[in-house]
Amino acid sequence: MIGFQTLFYKEILRFWKVATQTLTAPIVTAMLYLLIFGHVLEDHVQVYPGVPYTAFLVPGLVMMSVLQNSFSNSSSSLIQSKITGNLVFVLLAPLSRWELFGAYVLAAMVRGLVVGCGVLLITLWFTNLSFVAPWWIVLFALLGSGMLATMGLIAGIWAEKFDQLAAFQNFMIVPATFLAGVFYSIHSLPPFWQAVSHANPFFYMIDGFRYGFFGQSDVPPLISFGIVAVFFMVLASVAVKLLQSGYKLRH
Amino acid sequence: MVAIQIRDIKKRYASLQALGGVSLDIEEGEFFGLLGPNGAGKTTLISIIAGLSRADAGQVAIHGHDVVSDYRRARQCLGVVPQELVFDPFFTVRETLRMQSGYFGLKNNDAWVDEVMHHLDLTSKADANMRALSGGMKRRVLVAQALVHKPPVIMLDEPTAGVDVELRQTLWRFIARLNKEGHTVVLTTHYLEEAQALCNRIAMLKAGQIVALDSTAALIRRISGSQLVVRLARGRLPDALRSLLSHPAEPEAGQPITLRVHDHANVEPILASLREAGAVIDDMQLHQADLEDVFIQIMGGDK
Repeated sequence: MIGFQTLFYKEILRFWKVATQTLTAPIVTAMLYLLIFGHVLEDHVQVYPGVPYTAFLVPGLVMMSVLQNSFSNSSSSLIQSKITGNLVFVLLAPLSRWELFGAYVLAAMVRGLVVGCGVLLITLWFTNLSFVAPWWIVLFALLGSGMLATMGLIAGIWAEKFDQLAAFQNFMIVPATFLAGVFYSIHSLPPFWQAVSHANPFFYMIDGFRYGFFGQSDVPPLISFGIVAVFFMVLASVAVKLLQSGYKLRH
Repeated sequence: MVAIQIRDIKKRYASLQALGGVSLDIEEGEFFGLLGPNGAGKTTLISIIAGLSRADAGQVAIHGHDVVSDYRRARQCLGVVPQELVFDPFFTVRETLRMQSGYFGLKNNDAWVDEVMHHLDLTSKADANMRALSGGMKRRVLVAQALVHKPPVIMLDEPTAGVDVELRQTLWRFIARLNKEGHTVVLTTHYLEEAQALCNRIAMLKAGQIVALDSTAALIRRISGSQLVVRLARGRLPDALRSLLSHPAEPEAGQPITLRVHDHANVEPILASLREAGAVIDDMQLHQADLEDVFIQIMGGDK
């Protein structure tokens, strides 16, 4: 247990020591999205009846920040340790695959959730949000951050250089979050793109998360929960298997 | 008791057979040297013992614990100083050592961490960031990290490569003390005089195979005798002594001539026959065979 605690603490300390980059910057970015899109679209778009566009946007932006930062934390920590070689200190230690998995994923979740909370707290100044079903909010925030932290862990194990990780991030994670209905309801899309969106697991995270605020969503939250939970389980078992086999870590 | 038991370890990287069936027992309390040219497989073997690499075949056990199936106990018994100068730029020396203690399940390890820092002359740098340290200081931290959990077996992979004399001495004093206290020490180095001075037993690796394994003294005895180097001011080498030349080529006038001497008792007759041949000795040296001679002989043996 002490091994796990130490690695978890180290991972927290790692991003905390560069908080400007890991916490403040993503919060500012999310604020910019809110200001610009909110300002441009506030009077033109209404997604759910009775919900102003800026309010609609906030949960999407919060979730997007949670997801992207959870992914960034585990993936960049691992790739940095691999490239600088200091991963050896962790690999030499008697840490089990579960301890490694738990520490990397939980620390990445903490960063994602801290950034998410930061975005939410600041946006409360700009807009009146409702919290219809807070437990769904908490549940989807935890599941979403856990899933992306796990994806980050897998990407960090797989990638051999920063370039590969950047490709993973820019060609998979960013498009998947942007196209998951952060800025719009997928019901506004043509049928084909609606169907495509339903194949995107990120969509269910954002949709379920938004349900917690407005009590309205494109898909019933229980279904979203089931889909996200299954995805998380599959990814988690892949990650633990990789750690057990030593894939790309123990040559 | 056997500290490290290595059984028929094989490892292949793509087309390169890095280790071709290495078996070796290192006893508890030994100061063991693992020597060989670059690419011989030393670091691969150390990585497999440390669990950083997986062998294709064979087993390694540390104090009886298999490094794969019982890796937790095996790793608790082992401290490794890696060859590369790696560090985590986010942390100070003390944070680094505390964290390494934590990875090994130790809380409240500060007393021992302080002691290790003291012995490695790191105390004044305890709160310095790792990035701010010189190469030698970083190397000391690596050694300290390997010792935080007081492992009975310590492996050092070329710990003195590119390190100044002072650190080398500090380091060896400390490691020798740990060895005296009962720790098993395994060392790879390219400095053969270090290995000769410190190690009680040596294995030489070449192309993934052990080509020599013996006590240091026995290895040196393999090169029987010494070398007598003379430079002649006048005259030339008499034909009777030609068979003793270490290099068959005709020595040029005024150049040092190297002769093999099996026994110190042979020196006097050589000098006598030089005198009789009318040669005058300008300079003369007697070289004791050392590990380097053995190394060169074994590594060059079957080219």
